[in-house]
Amino acid sequence: MVDATDAAFIGLTVVTIAGAISALEAKEIIYGAVGLAASFFGVASLFFLLDSPFVAVFQITVYVGAVAVLVLFTVMLVREGRWFGDSMGPAASFAALLTVAALVFSLVTSFFAAGLSAAPEQATAPSFLGIGQLLTGHYAPVFEVLALVLAASVLGALTLAKVDRPGKSDPMAKADAADQKEVTGGA
Amino acid sequence: MTVTLSDYLVVSALLFGVGIYGLMTKRNAMRLVFSVEILVNAANINFIAFNRYLWAPAVGQTAVLFSIALAAAEAAVILAIVVVAYRVHDDVDVSELKNLKG
Repeated sequence: MVDATDAAFIGLTVVTIAGAISALEAKEIIYGAVGLAASFFGVASLFFLLDSPFVAVFQITVYVGAVAVLVLFTVMLVREGRWFGDSMGPAASFAALLTVAALVFSLVTSFFAAGLSAAPEQATAPSFLGIGQLLTGHYAPVFEVLALVLAASVLGALTLAKVDRPGKSDPMAKADAADQKEVTGGA
Repeated sequence: MTVTLSDYLVVSALLFGVGIYGLMTKRNAMRLVFSVEILVNAANINFIAFNRYLWAPAVGQTAVLFSIALAAAEAAVILAIVVVAYRVHDDVDVSELKNLKG
């Protein structure tokens, strides 16, 4: 018998896996970025099914809201027509497919061999209170270091993106100069 | 039929397989970024599922919060590198980016 939770689980699984596959296999990479966002959204909904609303909302805000948008913008900045054939040859794809099939098969058989299906759900789901106590108590040093890592990575990204292409002037600077000339010419 | 822990683990394993396949076959830097993000998501599903079924305190959820924040920081740096590679090289095919090769 299939009840509402099972139906939701199956549907979300399909969305998550299909989104991930389309992210990698979509011909136009911008559709791939949208598929990736759909996959993130499916994972967030699976978190809801697992009674973890805080992490689910965090996933939607950070992944769908920030990372997917960042990826979309980068794709638009660096998009090119000749990306259509960006895979290795068919032989390499086949070898990769075999490897992945063996990996997934061994993982799944080991899950079932471990008898994890019999594990019942915990009586109470982890609460907001529990997350807050861990974040501000036992894991507070990790939290602080993570803040430093985030700040450092943002600074690093900004510094990296400032590199100028050798031998070509900055188009933005040229546009600014043209604007300047227009203004002084009109005055 | 009720959804059990192993069902979530199977979903996670499938997602992990898709990510590994992408890492093995793609040469476009953006597709590799997609693959890495898919791998991180597969790992996060495992954390949350084990936390729900086997362990009452919210340790797994806290770990996933840290993991998501780290993945976001990592995505920002990787995408900056991709943009720089494109501006310097006019291409993001990773088999063409050999400037660091000794």
